[in-house]
Amino acid sequence: MKAATREPAGVGSGAAHPATNVGAAVQARGLTKRFGSVLALDHVSFEVAPGELFGFIGPDGAGKTTLFRLLTSLYLPDEGESRVIGHDPATDMWALRRRLGYMPGRFSLYPDLTVIENLQFYASVFDTTVAAQMDTIEPIWRQLAPFAGRRAAALSGGMKQKLALCCALVHSPSILFLDEPTTGVDAVSRREFWDLLARLREGGMTMLVSTPYMDEASRCDRVALMQQGRILRIDRPSAVRAAFPRPLLAVTAAGEGAAVRIGLLAALREHPDAASVWPFGSTLHFTDRRAGPDPARLATELGEWLAARGIAATVRPISATIEDAFMWDMTSAEPAA
Amino acid sequence: MRGRRAFFGFLGKEVRHILRDWQTLLVLIGMPVAQVVLFGYAVRSDIRGINLAIVAPQPDAATASLASRFMDATDTYRVVASVADAASLEPQFRDGRVRQALMLPSGLAGALGRGEPVTIAVVTDGADPNTGSLMEASTLAIVRAWDAGRTGRRAGPRIDVETRMRFNPTLESVNLFVPGLIAYVLTIVSALMTAITIVREKEIGTMEMLLASPLRPYQIVLGKVAPYVALGFLDVVLVLVAARLIFGVPVRGSNALMLAESLLYILTALGMGIVISTSTSTQRVAMMAALAGTMLPTLLLSGFIFPVSAMPWPLQAASNVVPARWFVVITRGVMLKGAGLADLWRETLILAGFTAALFVVGIRRLAVRLA
Amino acid sequence: MTGPSPRAAGAAASASAHPAIDAVGLTRRFGLFTAVDAITFHVAPGEVFGFLGANGAGKTTAMRILTGLLAPSAGSATVAGFSVATEAREIRRNIGYMSQKFSLYDDLTVRENIDFYGGIYGLDDATIAERRELLLDRLGLASRARALVGTLPLGWKQQLAFSVALLHEPRVVFLDEPTGGVDPITRRRFWELIYETAAAGTAVLVTTHYLDEAEYCDRLSIMVDGRIAAMGTPEDVRRDAGVATLDELFLRLMRPGAAA
Repeated sequence: MKAATREPAGVGSGAAHPATNVGAAVQARGLTKRFGSVLALDHVSFEVAPGELFGFIGPDGAGKTTLFRLLTSLYLPDEGESRVIGHDPATDMWALRRRLGYMPGRFSLYPDLTVIENLQFYASVFDTTVAAQMDTIEPIWRQLAPFAGRRAAALSGGMKQKLALCCALVHSPSILFLDEPTTGVDAVSRREFWDLLARLREGGMTMLVSTPYMDEASRCDRVALMQQGRILRIDRPSAVRAAFPRPLLAVTAAGEGAAVRIGLLAALREHPDAASVWPFGSTLHFTDRRAGPDPARLATELGEWLAARGIAATVRPISATIEDAFMWDMTSAEPAA
Repeated sequence: MRGRRAFFGFLGKEVRHILRDWQTLLVLIGMPVAQVVLFGYAVRSDIRGINLAIVAPQPDAATASLASRFMDATDTYRVVASVADAASLEPQFRDGRVRQALMLPSGLAGALGRGEPVTIAVVTDGADPNTGSLMEASTLAIVRAWDAGRTGRRAGPRIDVETRMRFNPTLESVNLFVPGLIAYVLTIVSALMTAITIVREKEIGTMEMLLASPLRPYQIVLGKVAPYVALGFLDVVLVLVAARLIFGVPVRGSNALMLAESLLYILTALGMGIVISTSTSTQRVAMMAALAGTMLPTLLLSGFIFPVSAMPWPLQAASNVVPARWFVVITRGVMLKGAGLADLWRETLILAGFTAALFVVGIRRLAVRLA
Repeated sequence: MTGPSPRAAGAAASASAHPAIDAVGLTRRFGLFTAVDAITFHVAPGEVFGFLGANGAGKTTAMRILTGLLAPSAGSATVAGFSVATEAREIRRNIGYMSQKFSLYDDLTVRENIDFYGGIYGLDDATIAERRELLLDRLGLASRARALVGTLPLGWKQQLAFSVALLHEPRVVFLDEPTGGVDPITRRRFWELIYETAAAGTAVLVTTHYLDEAEYCDRLSIMVDGRIAAMGTPEDVRRDAGVATLDELFLRLMRPGAAA
C-alpha cells in the first residue's frame, strides 16, 4: 500500500465541494494523478447521476484515460477520492470490478478468436454465459450475429467497436465506462455506435464516455470539457453552447483556394476587435472581443471593414458550436497555477 | 462455481490461441525431435577416425598384439603410421595428419612377462580439449581392455589406466545429451512460451480488460500455464521416443519417475516464464529475457554440454541456482543409472522449492492494477 | 452508372493545364474483387483535395496506386506529371507522405528525424541543414531540436511530420488522417500550415473518414465500394445531394435504405 497518498475523507478539499450526493452513480473529488513530473489529472471533481450518459470531451493528453483508469480501479490516485456505484475503487476494487463494464481505449479483443469466442470468453470471466445475458446484449448482438464465426482481426473498425461494447456489457454491469469508443472508426459507424448507446441509455444504463470528437457532445446528457488534466466546464451540451460569452461571426471568402483563405485569415486577425479568428471548415469563425454589441450589426460592420480593404466576403452571425466553446475555454482559462 | 467457469473459459481461450498459431505449434512439436537428431548426429562429440600413430622402438609380440586392437577398431581409429622414433612424427602432429600417438616402451613383451611395471604414453592433440579428452579416454579404454584380456596376465602392476567410464562405457555422447536435451527443450517450451503469452495480453491491450474484471491473478496464471504443461509433457514423450527409436537410448530407471520429474521441471520452467512475463511489457523484451535468463543458463550452466565439475568455482556456484542443473542430474540418474527417488530426493526437493518460490513470486508480481 | 460528375472534372481541368494528380478510369482488382473501380478525378496544383470514404471503400488502395506502390489493373494516372504505371520511382521522389500512424521515429531527436528524411530523399548536407533551420524556425521548435520526438506533444509531432514530408519540396503531398487526437486550436494551426503549403503551389490530398476534416478542403470526393459517389466543393456536394451536412450524405451513401 502506498501510504500518505490519500487523505482522509473531508480533509482539505472536502469543504470546497458540494454536499455529498448519496444517490450519485459516480462521485469524484479532487482526483489527482501524477506520472513522474507529469500531472496527468489535476484535482478533478464531478458527479454523474444514475442513468446519465456523461461525456468527457477533450484531446489526447487531456487526462480522459487516466480518469477512467482511476474510476475503474486500475490506477490509485495520488490525491482525492471517488465512489463508483457505492464502491471506492481504491479500496473496494473486487466488489466494484464485478459490477462495472469497461471498454478500454486500446483494442481489447483477441484478434485470433472469433466474435462469438471473444464474447464467450468475457462472459466466462464474469462467471456467466452469453445465452444468460442475451436480453442485455441483444440489440448489439443482432448486428454482430452475421459475423459470429469471423475472427476479430478481420472485422471492420466499426464492428470491432461494437464487439468490444458487447464484451463490456456481457455481464450486465451496473455502470459502463467507454474510453474513446469511436476513435478511428468511420462517420457512419460512429453514428451507429452512438445510436446503440442511446438505446442503452433508454434502458437506464449509466454511462461515462470519453471522446476527442466535439461533434459527439450533442449525444450526451451532460459533458465535461477536458484539457491538460483539468475539467474546463461541465454542463448540458446546449448550455455549453449557449454560454459562449461573445458575438460569433462566420466569415466566408468570396473566392476559393488556400491563398484566399490565408489572406482572409491574416486580414481578420488584424481587426482591432478580433478576440480570435480560426478556420472552421470552409468558413472562418471570428470572435469579437466585446461582449455587448448586437451580432447582426457587428456582422454588417465587419463586412464593410473587409470591403474597405478590398476583400469580398459574406459575414453572418452564428451561434457557437461545442468546438467554439471549447476553444474559448481553452484560451480564457489558461494556467491558474 | 465461479472459479471453475472462469478457469475453463480461460483454458479454452488459451488452447485456441495455441492451436490457431499453428506455425508456433509446429515448431514446438517439431523442435524436440529435430534437436534429438541434431545433437545425436551432428553435434555429438563421439570420436570417429582418429589418426593414430604407433611408436614402437622395438616391435615384439606384445606391441603387435596391442597395435592390432587399434587396427581392428576401424570405426574409431585409422592407424596412419607405425614408426620406431617419435621425432619423425612431429611435423605430422603439427598439421593434423596425426592426432594421437601411442608410445610403447622397448621390450614390452619381456617386461610384461616378467611382471615389471611398464609405462605406455599416450600423446594426444589437445587443440580441442573436448575432443582431446575423448580421444584419450577412448585409447586408454582400449589399452586397458587389451591388458585385461592378455593371456598369461599375472597379478601385479598393471598398465597405468585410471579412467573408468562406469555408466557410459562406450562413451556414446548421445546418451549423455538426451537427458540434458529434455531440460533444454522443456525450458524453451515452458519458460519462453509462458513468458511471451502473458506479455502478449499486455501488448494487444486485453490485459487492461482482464484487470478491470473480477479475475484474480492466480486464475490468470493457472489458465495461462495449464495448456503449456500438456504441451511440455508431450515434448518429453517425443524426445524420449525419438531418442529410443533413432539412437536406442534407454530409460534405465522408472518411466513413471522420469515423467513425474519432467512434470515437476515443466512447472519450474513455467514459473520462470511467469516471473519474466510479469516483469516485462513487450513480447520482444520478454523473449530476450527468457533467452538470456533461462535458455542460456540451461545450455551452458546445467552440465548439459559442459560438465559442472569442470567449471571455475564462480560458475559452479552460479549453476546451483539454475534449476536445469538439478533436473539434468535427475534425468541422467534415471535414464543412465537407473536411479530411483531414493537417490534423487535431494534434487527433487530443490526443484520443488524453486517451483513454489517462482509461482509465489509470479502471482504476487502479476499486478492487480496497472503500473 | 454515370461515374464521376463531368462538372467536377471540368472544374479541375480549368484550374491548370498540368494537374498535380490526373486519374482517368483508374481501376485495381484483387482477384475477383474490384477495390478501385474506374475512378476519374483531378487535383490542381495548390488545391487541397479531400479523399473520403469509409474503411474499406478503396481509399487506401487508390492512394497506394497514386504513390507508386501498387500498379493499376486498368486506367491511367499521372502524379506530378509521372505515370503511376511506369514511373513509380520518379513519383516517389516528387511526392511527400504523412500518416498519423507512421511518420517519425519517436526514439530519434527532432533533428535526427529531419536529417534522416532529408537523406532518404537524397538532399545534400548543406540543403538539409538550411531547410532544417528554416523548418525549426517556422514551427518554433529550434530550442527542441535535440529533444526526442517521442517527448513532444502530439500537435507538435503532427506539424513536424508534415513539415518533414515537405522537406524535399514535393509537388504533391498525401496526408493520411493527419489531425486526429489534438485539441481544436492545435488542429486549426495544422490546417493553416496546410493552407500555407497549398498557397505556395503544392497539391495536398487528404484521406480521412472524419467529415469535419473534409470541410476544410477545397474539393472532396467520397468513395463508396471502389467508386467515387460524390465530388465537388463541400458546399456543392451538400447542395447537389440536398443535405444539410456531409454526415447525412455519408449515411445515405453508406447505408442506403437506413436513412429515413
